[in-house]
Amino acid sequence: MAQIRIENVRKQFGDFTAVQSSSFTVEDGEFFMLLGPSGCGKTTTLRMMAGLELPTSGEIYIGGEEVGMKPASQRDIAFVFQMFALYPHMNVGKNMLYPLLSQGMSKSDAQQRVREVAKILGIEAMLNKSVSGLSGGDRQRVALGRAIVREPKAFLMDEPLGALDAEFREHMSEELRALHDRMGATTVYVTHDQLEAMQMGDKIVVMNHGVVEQFGKPQDIYDKPATMFVADFIGSPPMSFLYFEGAVLANTNTVVLSGETIAVPVQRESTQGKLVFGVRPEHVRLSDQSKFKGEILATEYLGTSQILTIKTLNGELKARISSAQRVDVGDRVGLSFNEKTITLFNAASGAAIRSDLNAGSI
Amino acid sequence: MADVELRQVTKTFGKEIGIDAVSLKINDGEFVVLLGPTGAGKTTTLRCIAGLEKPDSGEILIDGVNVIDDSPAQRDVAMVFQQYSLYPHLSVRENLEFPLKSPILKTPVDIMNKKVNEVAEVLRISHKLNNKATELSGGEMQRVSMGRALVRNPRIYLMDEPLSSLDAKLRGDLRIELKRIQSELGATMLYVTHDQTEAMTMATQIGVLNNGRLEQFGTPRDIYENPSSEYVATRLGSPRINTLPVSIFGGAPIGATSMGLRPEHIDLGGGQDCEVTRIEHLGDQTRLHLRLGDHHLITLTDSHTPIKVGAVIGITPKNPIFFDANGARVV
Repeated sequence: MAQIRIENVRKQFGDFTAVQSSSFTVEDGEFFMLLGPSGCGKTTTLRMMAGLELPTSGEIYIGGEEVGMKPASQRDIAFVFQMFALYPHMNVGKNMLYPLLSQGMSKSDAQQRVREVAKILGIEAMLNKSVSGLSGGDRQRVALGRAIVREPKAFLMDEPLGALDAEFREHMSEELRALHDRMGATTVYVTHDQLEAMQMGDKIVVMNHGVVEQFGKPQDIYDKPATMFVADFIGSPPMSFLYFEGAVLANTNTVVLSGETIAVPVQRESTQGKLVFGVRPEHVRLSDQSKFKGEILATEYLGTSQILTIKTLNGELKARISSAQRVDVGDRVGLSFNEKTITLFNAASGAAIRSDLNAGSI
Repeated sequence: MADVELRQVTKTFGKEIGIDAVSLKINDGEFVVLLGPTGAGKTTTLRCIAGLEKPDSGEILIDGVNVIDDSPAQRDVAMVFQQYSLYPHLSVRENLEFPLKSPILKTPVDIMNKKVNEVAEVLRISHKLNNKATELSGGEMQRVSMGRALVRNPRIYLMDEPLSSLDAKLRGDLRIELKRIQSELGATMLYVTHDQTEAMTMATQIGVLNNGRLEQFGTPRDIYENPSSEYVATRLGSPRINTLPVSIFGGAPIGATSMGLRPEHIDLGGGQDCEVTRIEHLGDQTRLHLRLGDHHLITLTDSHTPIKVGAVIGITPKNPIFFDANGARVV
């Protein structure tokens, strides 16, 4: 297994820049997520790692070796596609044997390897079955098996669970992650599903419009978003944004929204103009004492918690509170915030303003 | 708007059971969601009410009148399908006007314009009114198809997973919009979905279907806090409820064989020791995967928990619920 390093990689399709100069490192044995909306460049990035696209410029290192211009066949990686591609005329065992035999491995060694991998995946009983009769999940297991038998340097997966229904996807994602924990293989996984990325990933790269917006551990990205895009893309519901005009001074820890002074983490830089106060729903509390008021527009019951949509003079926000707390649409409520968790952004650029909270990670 | 009642409605397709003796009442102005997986009978129930399927037996009453022999048009219901069906050669405005132009309604032009503009505004497609239906994204097409139902004033709206083809963000926004529209109009709505979040957040009443049978009918809070069966308990709640044999913690009522324990109803400390097998940081909360003997459990803890994989922690159940060998609730 191997480390994968992307350095200043750029990809141009004619006039269209799919990926702008990007750099990040996938450590050996990591489960690494490439996350973003469709068209953000995540799949192109993955395909460049695989050798299915060649970068316009920049370097790609797999296990220390620069492979940017090498074809896929010389990179020793395994690619798992969104649509499981299996040979329909071969049974499960033969589908898994094929990559080994075509590499020149002896039949008995190959069969031994296939049996081992089938055991890991729990598909031993299926080896003699035709692939056409398999369920979606089993087909995906066989497709994985075909990738695993080769013992490649890394697995690259392009939304491998995208075609499955929600309930089954949850189950398969746990299975996939458990498999990774057993094998410890470097895995790069593309998804547009932020929950899947948070749940499965050791690290996440968030991309948008061909740009790497942020790179880090899931909890760090959640707590300390580098941009409004990241703050909005991660979390369900995402971070709420309250807009205000004003000034922030370095080494101070308050801002003024609609005449009310609100505490924030100690700021590390001075800015002024159109600013954004970013708060996650679970860090909003209803508080009669607070003079910062809002009106409840909607309540959504979610079992133990409920999500409130609240209109304030600075925009709408979401609050996650206990469902034991009775509130009604139309109620006017005071709002207070967990001050340590607040991120301020520059409204025009969308970039987070540096503070004691996020210093060092953005 | 009207109230709708099903009495012992059964529909089979050859040997397949579509719905099995379903009885339920949708009061005027209520938002009822039928929840269940594929094949549970949700869509069949909807189609029976719409008049698109004829039940084998049972009665369907709209405003107290049995409509079983009425045609779909006579029933005056508006249905929104999962797959949007728009007239491709017409503009968005014309598509929205179409139901109002029906010879039965003969809507005056000024009222029609007002209605269309209102609905377009609510569904955030005002800027696309003059586009051809084919020039829209999937999400916009689905909103227009919902709009075609909303411009009318039928006795009941029937919606079959209208949001399932939209992306997560838009789905979240439209959930709130749809709920708001429904309560503003005082509309009677029957909505089917397999998405528990849609059911919990929008419904005034949820009906949980399992293999054609209505397992429970009640408010979201009722169904979540007081499920009538193990099946119902597993339909609501994410991550789903943990089930364990009663022998592990004891203290079960007579007849109970399994204990249901929601992830948030596990106290850390005391009780039985478990091994932490996996930790998922979801941002607002952290999920701990635990191994207790041969059993796998999930519980929730603070997002910045110091607990590490491999740690051994005690767990104590809080508010467990109990089921018998057939999965029925034991109190």
